[in-house]
Amino acid sequence: MKPVAPYLLLPVIMLLAFPLMSGPSWIALTVAGLAMGMMLFLMASGLALVFGLMDVLNFAHGGFITLGAYIAVSVLAPLTGWVNAGSWELNLMARAAAMLAAAIVSGAAGLAFEAIVIRRVYGAHLQQVLITVGGLIVADQLIVAIWGTQPLPLQKPAVLRGSFQLGGAAIETYRMAAVVLGLLVYAGMHFILNRTRIGLVVRAGVENREMVEALGYRITRLFVGVFVAGSALAGLGGAMWAQYQETVTPAIGAEMMILVFIVVIIGGLGSIGGCFTGALLVGLTANYIGFLAPKLALGSNIALMVLILLWRPRGLFPVGGR
Amino acid sequence: MADLLLTLSGVHTHIGPYHILHGVDFAVPDGEVTMLLGRNGAGKTTTLRSIMGLWTPTAGQIRFAGQDIAAMATPEIARLGIAYVPETMGIFTQLTVRENLLLATGPAGFKPHKLAEVLALFPVIELKFNQQAGGLSGGQKQMLAIARAIIEDRRLLVIDEPTKGLAPGVIVQLIEGFQRLKAARTTILLVEQNFEMARALGDSVAVMEDGCIVHRGAMADLAADTALQEHLLGLSLGALQ
Amino acid sequence: MTRQHPVLRLLLLSLFLALAFAPFLFPGTKSVATASRICIFIVLAASYDIMLGYTGIVSFAHTMFFAFGAYGVAIPLSRGWIGWDAILVGTIVGAALAALVSAAIALLSLRVQKIFFSMITLAVASLAQILATQLRDITGGEDGLTFSLPAELQPSFRFLADPIFGVRADGRLIGYYLTALIALALFLLMQRLVASPFGTVLQAIRENEFRAEALGYRTIVYRTIASAISAAIAAVAGGLMALLLRYVGPSATLSFDVMTDILLMVVIGGMGSLTGPALGAALVVLAHYYLQPFMQMGFDSLADVRILPALIHPDRWLLWVGTLFVLIVHFFPAGIVGAFRKH
Repeated sequence: MKPVAPYLLLPVIMLLAFPLMSGPSWIALTVAGLAMGMMLFLMASGLALVFGLMDVLNFAHGGFITLGAYIAVSVLAPLTGWVNAGSWELNLMARAAAMLAAAIVSGAAGLAFEAIVIRRVYGAHLQQVLITVGGLIVADQLIVAIWGTQPLPLQKPAVLRGSFQLGGAAIETYRMAAVVLGLLVYAGMHFILNRTRIGLVVRAGVENREMVEALGYRITRLFVGVFVAGSALAGLGGAMWAQYQETVTPAIGAEMMILVFIVVIIGGLGSIGGCFTGALLVGLTANYIGFLAPKLALGSNIALMVLILLWRPRGLFPVGGR
Repeated sequence: MADLLLTLSGVHTHIGPYHILHGVDFAVPDGEVTMLLGRNGAGKTTTLRSIMGLWTPTAGQIRFAGQDIAAMATPEIARLGIAYVPETMGIFTQLTVRENLLLATGPAGFKPHKLAEVLALFPVIELKFNQQAGGLSGGQKQMLAIARAIIEDRRLLVIDEPTKGLAPGVIVQLIEGFQRLKAARTTILLVEQNFEMARALGDSVAVMEDGCIVHRGAMADLAADTALQEHLLGLSLGALQ
Repeated sequence: MTRQHPVLRLLLLSLFLALAFAPFLFPGTKSVATASRICIFIVLAASYDIMLGYTGIVSFAHTMFFAFGAYGVAIPLSRGWIGWDAILVGTIVGAALAALVSAAIALLSLRVQKIFFSMITLAVASLAQILATQLRDITGGEDGLTFSLPAELQPSFRFLADPIFGVRADGRLIGYYLTALIALALFLLMQRLVASPFGTVLQAIRENEFRAEALGYRTIVYRTIASAISAAIAAVAGGLMALLLRYVGPSATLSFDVMTDILLMVVIGGMGSLTGPALGAALVVLAHYYLQPFMQMGFDSLADVRILPALIHPDRWLLWVGTLFVLIVHFFPAGIVGAFRKH
């Protein structure tokens, strides 16, 4: 039943890039691409699920990314000592606190946003787009009012700052950590979606919301939960990306949202597996092309999206009858 | 006469600007099979969807087990013990057959005796248990849809045209399945175009036309009266046999 | 168009008269520039309404098409090819490019879902923004391009020795009326378009896509053509903007702020009416000019209070505009025009 070709795209792109560069560069870029892909996945997964489940496309999703990034800054500022300490425990604690806070605050913001804005425009696509864009403007302005427009520095934890050798390539420790954390989150989501009742209901709801309701599940409540979880993941992704970049600007969410949209379009809106594949594809392409032809890096992901849409108009893994 | 489990009185339903149901009155007695017949576009599916709360009636009462459910939300209605099999079957094609069934069970998951019962009724489900439901044939999907409706004890099954588009051999299998359910005194509200099936299963019958009930009575009476059949349902139904 | 509320008709008439005689009613460089800006944004907002109001598609690339026209005019002028022919060629090239890109995006995305169009336009527009800042040799990068206008459009040019009703008969006056007349022509053209059979089909598709498709209309073809026309007109508006500013840069033409303004104009005025966005354009442009200084006053007077000043700082303009936007989408989805239609 499942198409095989979309799954092959990832290894094909990795293999295509291999002869174009030296082995160590390839390893380093692949790790960097996967790390970026994992962070993109965190940011994109909530958007994709919310769309799949409720047919709601939240253009304000980028606001949660920005919020998460700034919360990380604010939490880490008083913890500078922990961040710079050379000890795993203190580093980890600071990092965990920042990420947890980013996820919780973004999740709470998501809860409020759903109740105030989204809930009123179910089923009305045009209004949805407009009202979420309006919401994004307001959210961005509030963030600027609180944290200002100047870029704020953000330090990686001391133990994650350096790099290590792998196959002759210097791999940044932070990237490896991002890959590991991304994989953990993916595994967690995979587990929840495929091994729990809630996940089963979510997957069913993405395909046929009405039938899930006719089976007695209160899907609107579930949707709020998914919306909050998606916002929290976006905040987490924003916090990780900010630490990766070591700086935060108010535009961080808007910049990442462009890539997030490309990810969900490539992946097929509503599919978690597609979202994961799409995120890795975008991350890898950005890094390979950025190395091979820096001038083309900007357009490479858009070109990737266009090519994929020409090949499969509904994305790699379309869901449901939409 | 058995107690009335479900009663519709004066139900009006609008879909957008269209007035579809114009005061529907009929009842489903407990432990019986009630057939809802009528031509295409008579309002049968809308009636079922109104019962399930998938359309909210604009006027009238729908009483289920003594409670007015006309204004209730779909999940709450379902939780009262009504299982619904829509015309489109509502199978989740991306999920496995097992997951489709599991969705309809309570928090504790499958009850072994119920599962055994269902698998005995539709053996094909066991064969495809862990496959993706999207790969099932039309008839298999319909059996899965009905299996999903009875995997837990429900007070009422609301089923919309289960034989639509199915091969005659499959229809025979379905009728057998329904007859076993009937024998177990399951309360069923069944919309059907296939008169043969209606005659085989129905205890009582209601016939719809243009959003109203135009005939109510015992199935046996309608089955015996060819003139009435022709008057109410036209020749097209007979031709289907 | 036929049965408008008297108040609405009065508003439109005053707007028309004010713009027709702006240089005489509100003399002064700043107010005439404001009037020009209103004319340009009327065209820009109305052309966006063809997408948003008449086909129900949200595009985020309208500023990109606007910029195509602006850069189309600016590039030859800034390289020393100063003449009316350069302006004409630049506008036509910009408009053609806009129509082409817009049609390509539409063909690619609309066969799936309207929402894809929104997302893809957002991605492509951001790419354009990056390109405009990176391709420094062509676009002047972040600094943009400054240029001189043909002699007839310069303030020093006099076409009459004596003032007309106390207003100097100079190149600025020519520039204003050139802008206003082109804007009027484009606006009338758009009104014809939406009233034509083509416009009727667009509205039929917006109301019921399925039925229109069943009636045999290739919805994607109609929508693609609509988006191409809308983009081309936006590009012409961009050309006018370049002439007004004698400068083109990414922040003036491509930024998300401009997109926000367009959305605001259309939504405040009322989608799907063309006259609504025209009113909206006038309101938003005026608000930019006169409300922001007002906020500055409020900010200065409240400088001692803690949180409040941060919120009414003139830079937080968008905060209030955004809030207003959400409220309007929510409570008055048909905007000013719709509010009058009900009564």
